[in-house]
Order: sequence, then C-alpha cells, then structure tokens
Amino acid sequence: MLLLSDSFDALPSDTSPFTASAAPAPVSLRPQPRPRRDEAALADVLRHPQVWRRGTALQNRVDAVPTGCAELDTELPGGGWPRGALSEILVEHDGIGEFGLVAPVLATLTRARQRVVLIAPPYIPYAPALAAAGIDLAHLVRIDAQAADAYWTAEQCLRAGCCGAVLNWLPNADYRQLRRLQLAAESSAALAFVFRPSGAAAQPSPAALRLRVSAGADATEIEILKCRGRFGEAPRLRA
Amino acid sequence: MWACLRFLHWPLQALGELGGTQPVAVVDGQSPRLRIACANAQALKSGVRIGHALAAAQALCPRLRLLRRDEVAERRSLEALAAWAYRYSADVCLSPPDALLLEVGRSLSLFGGWPALQRRLRGELAALGYVHNLVAAPNATAARVLAATHDGLAIAMQAPLLRALDVLPLAAGGLDENVVAALCGMGFRTLREVFRLPRAELARRVGPAVLDHLDRLRGLGAERLPRYRPPDRFERRIDLDHGVESGTALLFPLRRLVGELALFLAARDGGVQRFALVFGHERTATTRIDIGFLDPVREAATLFGLSRSRLERVELPAPVHALTLRADELPPMCALHGDLFDRASSEALDWPALAERLRARLGDTAVQGIASLGDHRPECAWRSVPIAPAGGAARAPVRMDAEAETASPPLRPFWLLSRPRPLRPAPNEILGGPERIESGWWDGGDQRRDYYLVRTRAGQRAWAFVEAGATDGWMLHGWFA
Repeated sequence: MLLLSDSFDALPSDTSPFTASAAPAPVSLRPQPRPRRDEAALADVLRHPQVWRRGTALQNRVDAVPTGCAELDTELPGGGWPRGALSEILVEHDGIGEFGLVAPVLATLTRARQRVVLIAPPYIPYAPALAAAGIDLAHLVRIDAQAADAYWTAEQCLRAGCCGAVLNWLPNADYRQLRRLQLAAESSAALAFVFRPSGAAAQPSPAALRLRVSAGADATEIEILKCRGRFGEAPRLRA
Repeated sequence: MWACLRFLHWPLQALGELGGTQPVAVVDGQSPRLRIACANAQALKSGVRIGHALAAAQALCPRLRLLRRDEVAERRSLEALAAWAYRYSADVCLSPPDALLLEVGRSLSLFGGWPALQRRLRGELAALGYVHNLVAAPNATAARVLAATHDGLAIAMQAPLLRALDVLPLAAGGLDENVVAALCGMGFRTLREVFRLPRAELARRVGPAVLDHLDRLRGLGAERLPRYRPPDRFERRIDLDHGVESGTALLFPLRRLVGELALFLAARDGGVQRFALVFGHERTATTRIDIGFLDPVREAATLFGLSRSRLERVELPAPVHALTLRADELPPMCALHGDLFDRASSEALDWPALAERLRARLGDTAVQGIASLGDHRPECAWRSVPIAPAGGAARAPVRMDAEAETASPPLRPFWLLSRPRPLRPAPNEILGGPERIESGWWDGGDQRRDYYLVRTRAGQRAWAFVEAGATDGWMLHGWFA
C-alpha cells in the first residue's frame, strides 16, 4: 500500500489508516517523460482508492448502491455497497438476517430491471418472502452449480456485464479464488457478494468490503472488518 | 428473366466420372436392351455414340468402362445444386434430369447486373467442378430449350428471342420425340415453320400440349413451374478414417459440420433451436448428444463454442468412426435489437449468450427462475420456472389469490429447507405464531401444521412447525436469513 502525505511525520501512529488489509496492490509510479503527463499520472494515482491523502475526502470516488440501512450507509464510503468490487459477508450461523442485509439492494436492482443471480444458494430462496421484500422475481435467476463450477459461474456472470448483482455462497473459497472473483468484479459494474462462514474472518481476503454478521443478544450485529477507502475504527452496528 | 443452368453429360457428372482419362460410358435401360446414355470424350473419340447398344459400344471401344445409370444420384446432385443456387434467386426450379432454372430478373440489381452474376455463377460452378451451359431468356421454357444448344446466350427482349427460336431445328425445340418425328414426316425442319402453322390444324394433329409448349416458348402462355423449397431439416455426416478417441481431434470435423449448418441456416434465413450430434462407433451403439438453445442461433462461432463445451463434458465409450449432425427444429430467426436509450434492455443482449454458456456447462436445468404460487402450503407456494428467452415477453406474473393480495402478507423466511428436518435442541424462545396452515386435502398432500417464528440457542431465527395441536416434535422448515 502506498502512502502519500503532505506531512508524513504528523501521521498519528495509534490510528493506523489501514484496517485488515489485503496483499498490497501494485501501484506504479514510473516516471513519465513529459511533465504534463506526469501530473496526469500523479492525479490518477491519487485517485486510486488504496491511496490515502491526508485532509482529503475520498467518499465521492466510490460508486456505490445504498444498502437500505441508513446506519450502515453512513459507515461505508460512497454510502452503500461498492459497485465493481467484491463484498464479503461472513456469517456466524444460518438464519441471523444475513440475506436480509442484501434484500433491500436486490429489490432496488430488480425493480430497475437489472438481473440478480444467485449462484448455488445453500437453501431454496423462498419466492413468497422474496416477493414480499419487494424483489421482482422476473429478474431473479437461480443457478445450481457444484462447488467446482460455482467459481467459474460467478466469474462468467461478473465478466459478462449483464448482471446487476451476483451472489455466491462459497464456504471453502481460498485466497486465489476470491482474488479471481475480485478481478472479475472490477471488470464490471455489478455488485458482487460472497457469503462465507465467519471462521474465514482470520484468513486474508482480497474483497473490498468485509462484514461479519453475528447474532447478538437480541439483534443482529454487523462488524466492518475491512473496507477499502475507509479509515479508523468502525462501530458495531445493530440491525 | 430466367437463367437456365444445364449440366452437360449429367449421368456421368452426377456420378463424378466425367474428368477421367479412360473411356467411360453410362448405360441405361433393361438388361437385354441396354443402351449407352452418356459417354465421355475418350469414349466418343473411339466412335461410341449415345443410343448405341451395349455390344456395339464394346466392339468399338474394348476398354470402355461401363456404369449403370443412377437416377437417384442425379436427382440428389441436382437438389444440392438447387440449394447452392438458392442464394442467387428466390425462385429456383428443378428441371430434371439435368437443368436448373433461376428467376434472375429480381436478383440482377443486387448482384450488379447479368454479366457480373454470370461471372459469379460460372466461377462458383467451376470451383465445384461442374461443366454446364448457361443461358438467360425472358421465359423459363425458352431458357431451358436454348440451353440445350447454346452457352452464354443472354436475351432480354422478345424480338431477339423469336429470332433465336426461329432458327432452331425441330429436334432442339424441347418437343417429344414422337411429335418431332411426326412433324419431320410432314416436312417441317425448323421451329419457324411450325410457328407459322394455323393453330387449330396443328392442335388436331399433335395435341394441345404441344401447342401449349410452343406458346410458352414464345412467351404467350403462362408458365407453371414447381418451385424448389430448401429442406426443413439438416443432416450431414462425416466418416472418419480411423477411430478417434480424443475429444480435441473431434473438434475438426465438428467445426466443419457446424460451419455447413451455419451456411445452411444463413441461406434459409433461419436459426437452429435444437440439434443432435451422433457419434458412430464400430461395435457399440451410437452416442447421442442433444444440444438445445433458449433462442434460435445461427452464427458458426456461437454454435461451435456451445457444441464444444457440451462435447467436452461427454464420456465417449469407444473410438468414434462417424460424426453426424442432425437438426430438425429450424425456427425462423428473429434478430434482437438493442435499445439506444434504455441501458437495461441493451444489456439484455448479453444475457442470452451468458445463459447459453452456463447451460452448456452446467446442464439444461441449471439456470432457473423462481416464481411464487398461490398455495398455502409452504412447499407448494413456489416453483422453479425456465428463464424467459430474450426478446420474448417477461414471465407473466403468477396470480395470487385475491385474499392474499389484499391482506398483509404473512411472515415468510428467505430460506426454505427442501424438506423439513427435526429441530434439535428445542427452540429457546418463541417470537411469533402460531400460524395454522391446514391445506391440501384435495390432492393427497394434506397438511395440518402450526408454524412459529422461533429463536434457537445460537440466536438464529427459524421458521419451525409442530403438528396441529401438538406441543412437541419441532420441525425446522426455514431460516429468516
């Protein structure tokens, strides 16, 4: 990761700007022959979501779709689920409101006639409940795939660029596979969600956003483990 | 304006024997009275003539190789040529045994005039290796008659056509042999002399059919020609010299077959919705792969890519000796158009291709939509539906009961278990319910259950039921995920 700061020394050491971080993405700063281009290249680098410049707000750089949960929106840069990036949702148990987290955005997308693809969901997505949540079933597609084919399917759906959101359930994904999905997501404007068990929280992940969903005493708790473009400690949210 | 393509020495050409250096002849007729029907240049040089008896021909040319005439092969070759000619004219007629008639008047401006079209026809026929006469005339009958004696003649107007017909000898007029003999016996030699005869007397002597033919020659009578229709199914077979075991080696013949299919589809302006690849083995039964598409497909690259991914997933039990592509469902193609302003629907162009790719690899039923149904039983309140083909209307919404529409919808979980399973340990806390669902007595799937929204020890919210009236025996049926 690259730091560009006007006052490097003044950076407080206790507030590390980086939350749980992925492998550093290579950002090249090769000198350009002409100075004008140089400035343009520098501006490009500064706009990179992984570059943090003190005293500037980066919120407007992230293309996002509101989650439908105001508290979560204020915590996320761009105010919602990032487009063209992988969002990882780590779930402690089934049935603690993990799908309810994404249902509002799926309703928004399907009503805008964008296609939502569920790849190898662990249970039957129950049509009456989905319809009651406002999801237009005509734009919802369920794909049955074996574990080995699920990655391929997800990548194809993301790269095709004709889906508004792609949801995956990948309990055994490794870093390399997630990295491929993240790259595929970057090539499209789709929302890419991957649901994994919360035991995977300790593993590194290339996802742009990682949320852990767990059951609290009387409500579901959401914890932001990692979020590209956002700095500082995140509060635990209750939904 | 009609063009006539007449193929010379057709009995020999259709058998593919015209080009050899040895004298060859085709014989026709019943066994004791075999006659020479056609002979190649070498045979003609040694004195063999059409109509010679078999013994006479063999006496003139002892090395003469004799073939039996195959009228079925002639017809098949002519039909193949008609399919080829169909790309130049919508009106192609077979004129057996050896000619094709094309209505070219309406094709001229498309192909840049008669000289350009003629060059193109001749060039392609030369590449295919067919020796032919090509004649254009204002009507089909005249074109057919003139093609018997001329090559390269093109007549557009009536007056020059009459001049060309006038000088034709009677025998070349396309008349029946007996009629020609009778007219010769009356002292006529050319068509001009016959044209001048009074109609009533001529009709009495040779019959009205001959008079009709003479009228049509001059463009005076209406012509009724059986129009060629391209076949409604496609079947091609490639035989392989050696048994092929690997899938990659099969890709070459597959590409050729698919390419031919794509050409065929383009010619009839259609697509293919479903076709079968049949692999022939030496001893075991054939292997068949059915390939279906959501929408009609025509492009060779698409067809090949999708067939290939199906082929890769098939285990062939034995080496393949023959590969057949058979397509019976050839619906008309309706091209999709993107919407210039509506982004959502312009993206839909990619979806059919993606769905095909997914179906090719995951199976025909892997990609499904979901619909809800108006049934109170949880298992029956949803179903999988095939995804709507692109271009077609979106799925019609499934009608819910009027009651369900007006009342606030009951609480339902996002996840439904495919079959209920015992919930152990018993739930910690009941958050909602009961909701009695009692239905299905009419179709044998009778249910009487009390559904509750419960919280488990781990904090999960579950949709569970007990049999009506019971207090124990919790069954888990869904998760409020």
